[in-house]
Amino acid sequence: MRRRSARSALHRGYGPFLVPGLALVALVVGLPFLTNVAVSFTRWTGVGWPRWAGLANYRRAFADATFWASFENNLVLLLAVTVIPTLLGLVLAVLLYDTVARRFGARPVAALKAGLYVPQVLPVAVAGIVWGWILDPGGGALNAALHAVGLGRFAGNWLGDPDTALPSIMGIMVWFQLGYPLVIFMAAVQRIDPQLLEAAELDGARWHHRFHLVSHLVRPELLVVVLTTTIYALKLFGPIYVLTRGGPGNATIVPSYFAYQNFFEKARVGYGAAISTLMTLIILVLTALFIRAQHRQERALEGR
Amino acid sequence: MRARRRRGSARAWAVLLAVFLFTMLVLSPFLVVAMNAVKDAAEYSNQGPLAFPDHVTLRVIQRFWARVDFGGKLWNSFVISASVAVLATLFALPSAFALGIGRLRGRAAYLVIFIVANTLPHEALAYPLYTYAKALGLYDTRLSVIIVFTVIQGAFGTYLLSSVFAAFPRELVEAAQVDGCTKLQLLVRIVAPASLPTLAVLFTFFFVWTWNEFFLPLVLLVSDARQTVPIAVSVAQGQHNVDAPMASASALLGFLPCIVFFLLFQRTLTRGVTAGSVK
Repeated sequence: MRRRSARSALHRGYGPFLVPGLALVALVVGLPFLTNVAVSFTRWTGVGWPRWAGLANYRRAFADATFWASFENNLVLLLAVTVIPTLLGLVLAVLLYDTVARRFGARPVAALKAGLYVPQVLPVAVAGIVWGWILDPGGGALNAALHAVGLGRFAGNWLGDPDTALPSIMGIMVWFQLGYPLVIFMAAVQRIDPQLLEAAELDGARWHHRFHLVSHLVRPELLVVVLTTTIYALKLFGPIYVLTRGGPGNATIVPSYFAYQNFFEKARVGYGAAISTLMTLIILVLTALFIRAQHRQERALEGR
Repeated sequence: MRARRRRGSARAWAVLLAVFLFTMLVLSPFLVVAMNAVKDAAEYSNQGPLAFPDHVTLRVIQRFWARVDFGGKLWNSFVISASVAVLATLFALPSAFALGIGRLRGRAAYLVIFIVANTLPHEALAYPLYTYAKALGLYDTRLSVIIVFTVIQGAFGTYLLSSVFAAFPRELVEAAQVDGCTKLQLLVRIVAPASLPTLAVLFTFFFVWTWNEFFLPLVLLVSDARQTVPIAVSVAQGQHNVDAPMASASALLGFLPCIVFFLLFQRTLTRGVTAGSVK
């Protein structure tokens, strides 16, 4: 009993420190978010008062080919933002740690890691601008390079052709994203007992077995990378805004840009709010998974 | 045994070479952009984008700089990012103190609130923020962006910092209480000074993240004089009379500040990314 009161004395008086933070979150994030949800049930041009419309915006979304195209493109972009960088990052981390570091020491590994990380430090919109000019069909560097090595017939209007626009954006995103999983996996593989890998080598384990072993050992990080980049993929806006504006046609439309268009270009605020609310639902589910994964990890670490 | 080692060594060289070439390929866009930003238009149209510049000129960069008032844009980005870095750190400190040191009841739920506040898509906040900012006379001011990102980044800081504080030595906290230290003194005199390195990491992160933000500044800052670097550069990109050297000058000026941050904070940034993922 006494212990308990001593404990509560130690824990009393902290409440006030939380109040400003919570109040600001409620005001600057909570209120706008709830307003947005409310607006999603209305028809509103942004001028005057919104008019109640019930579920009309949601019904409209589910019947709208552009809406579905935006989420389909997003699924495809998931390959470029999550799947390919994660796999490539894992392969590179294993190669750097298991082969290069062991033979050449830490220095070249650090340099290569830093080099591959550089695109990550750019604003993603600026990354788009760098590439927009390289992919330019007129005087862009990529077409010039293809002509220079005799592959001129592959030159194209990369971002202007509906067949190559999305793949081009995907290429840019792989380039941009790769550094993130790489750095995380490089930190993770350092945790692995090198004897484990050596033992696997002496046993004559093939490369893909070692890869398998490593990917099993870095599973916590793998989960974190996959979840955070999936959330990130859903919010992708900058490169689309800078490079294609969702076009040509709907070839590169994504939910984020589609919502933006409805808010600020088409003055269909209620519809934009509905699209962004649906995006939020998906992201909340992913965030819940993320929190659960972190929780389980923390418990696993404490148990160790 | 020896043959095996030699074979292993050849393999290591091959891997090193392959990863090195791949890294060069990843870095090549920066080189191409830099090369063409220091050419003049005539040389560009004669020799194309892949030729090294015969004579380096800063004229195109200067012209672009003057045209978009790049100095003003750098200042806007700096003021916004530095303010957010300071304010978001000050935001995170007391909240994380309450959750990590105070271990308030229901802290798991509070942490969820903070992490959700950080991961909510900005698209679901943008229009109301835009409307409320207009109503409050904050629309098209740097202050509006500073307030919004102080809260969004500070929420993430709270989440990260409270797990750091959870590992803070209890003896120190208890000893301070026994000495009759108030909670505020505990925070200001003991906890905050002891976690300065972590706060510095948070500060750096908030600065770079805010610098790189695009969507909400695009929505909230409409007039040219208040725009940040990423927005100014992307607006310039969309204009018609931009030739290739000018386009690469804009890309160069867009990424140079970030490369500088990277060189300055490389350790912190790469370590911080890792800290954010798995503690």
